[in-house]
Amino acid sequence: MGHILNERTTSEFSIETVKLRRVFRLDRRARRDAGKLLVALDDMDLQVRRGELFGCLGPNGAGKTTLIRILATLLTPSGGRAFVEGFDVHRETHRVRPIINMVSGGETCGYGILTAMENLRLFTELYGIPWRIARPRVERMLEVVGLDKFKRVRVNKLSTGLRQRVNFARGFTTDPKVLFLDEPTTGLDVHSARNTRDFIRQWLAENPRKTILLTTHYMAEADELCDRVAIIDRGLMVACDTPAALKKTVRRETALELTISGVEPPPDKWKRLEGVVNLAVESNPLEKVTNVRVLLSDAGAGGMLIREITDDGRRLLGLHTIEPTLEDVFIKLTGRRLSESEPAPTAGGG
Amino acid sequence: MLKAVGFFVRVVLARAYVRVIGAQRELSWIIGDTLLPFLAVAAYVYVYKAMGAPEKYTGFVVLGGIIVTFWMHMIWSMAMQFFWEKEMGNLERYLMSPLPRPALLLGMALGGIVMTSTRALIIYLASRLFFHLEFHVTEPGLAVAVFVATLFALYGMGMVLSSLFFIAGRGIYYGLQITAEPIFFLGGFYFPVRQLGLLVGAAAAALIPTTLGLDALRQTMLDAYDTGILSPNIELLILTVMGVVFVYASVVIIHRMEDYGRRSGKLILRNE
Repeated sequence: MGHILNERTTSEFSIETVKLRRVFRLDRRARRDAGKLLVALDDMDLQVRRGELFGCLGPNGAGKTTLIRILATLLTPSGGRAFVEGFDVHRETHRVRPIINMVSGGETCGYGILTAMENLRLFTELYGIPWRIARPRVERMLEVVGLDKFKRVRVNKLSTGLRQRVNFARGFTTDPKVLFLDEPTTGLDVHSARNTRDFIRQWLAENPRKTILLTTHYMAEADELCDRVAIIDRGLMVACDTPAALKKTVRRETALELTISGVEPPPDKWKRLEGVVNLAVESNPLEKVTNVRVLLSDAGAGGMLIREITDDGRRLLGLHTIEPTLEDVFIKLTGRRLSESEPAPTAGGG
Repeated sequence: MLKAVGFFVRVVLARAYVRVIGAQRELSWIIGDTLLPFLAVAAYVYVYKAMGAPEKYTGFVVLGGIIVTFWMHMIWSMAMQFFWEKEMGNLERYLMSPLPRPALLLGMALGGIVMTSTRALIIYLASRLFFHLEFHVTEPGLAVAVFVATLFALYGMGMVLSSLFFIAGRGIYYGLQITAEPIFFLGGFYFPVRQLGLLVGAAAAALIPTTLGLDALRQTMLDAYDTGILSPNIELLILTVMGVVFVYASVVIIHRMEDYGRRSGKLILRNE
């Protein structure tokens, strides 16, 4: 075991998973699916290098949060293994926990009865960090998230947005070697989300040996922030590369965004048209329209598609070409949009 | 070793601080935790006075009222605490941190004892003021030892329940509500439990540490040896053993429940 540990610790990977698998048994709340197994992660192999800002991109229900919860020692794998800084997250939790931290976006934590500063102090104490060391970090983070003026205000007197900022600050005050950011900008306004992204980048620039694993379903966020991105869908990693390299895979294709009348799902024959690589739809019941994002290997196929649409009695309300993004990579690989939440597949019950 | 002890103490104090500071900052808590039990105490005192019961019955009720505050705190802020922590988003933060789990339980317990002691003191002082209560402490050392052992056993029980209910959902909240009145009755909070008969009294004492503690306190502080179910010395011994067993059990249970929660995924699920 010691040999394996030393070998792992000197590994270039800060995070590594080997055939990592997690299944959940659905309980009575799942009604007719109760008792069935839900595959949240399916034999995932992942390597994140030290100093990397690695993104996991996928729709809701893809398995991103399950992955982070396993790496954060909150969930045991059903199969395979996972390592953080060379330590097995299942068998060596006592070695993993002091060097990690996690922030989930849209969440708050701590006690309303304590001030923002007292809450941050409390969470550093849980890592055994003396106050003389933690204090400068806490002060700095309060400044970074714009809470320095409110540091002596009780948290239950702060708005939800400000409380989320306290939670974000908490993740950095323990100075973790590996930080998990689970949808960190969820629920933040545009300005705060921008500041958050800037700080994440700055923190990593100041600490080049630290690692961040970030999950998001905002493709622009993954594109802007991450050194590499893994695209996850239904518990499977369907692609992993730099954002530029991933986008290169759709560079030859033409991406179109169509708006058509009606909210009925389009027939499969649209997908089967020659020159159509893949398409994804998103219906908008309020406006009674459907947005179709389509990747074409041949720009001429667009005409055929429009003809099919009109032959099916739908009206074309809008059309424009777009620069392919990571969203188009996702569509090409899965035939769905990132905004669609997709439950992970279920396996046989019993 | 020294580092580990230092870390343990740091966590205990950090978690206890939340409760100690809460006791000073939230006026509504103080009112809810002192005024309501005091009203219940007053009601029983007036019933006994109207019946012309001996003066020591006022003491029975006041001691019961003091212990009730500890009991209520143990149930709602120890046993239920991880449920609230999950609701607040703290449980995951605690569990992914390296903190020693028993230190978390101990911090909750010690903070709770300090916080609740201020309420108990207020009830005692108010009783002196309004009912001219006088204790007749025959064995002060024994009385103090019994009081400490009662809290030790009670909060040890709280640590066990807290660990047991670690991953429980909302059902436990309703379950505890249902048990409140039977516990009040069997606990003998407002009357000497011997009135239920020696057998029932002993059975209640075996289940509820406060029954035993209250019985011993009444004997030693009110010179009411004739109403006890056991000798206070024996009760002190039983309470101490109960406390040790509870604390040990809580350490074992919290680790087992955490393992179960990580395997089943219940740690990361929201409360039902």
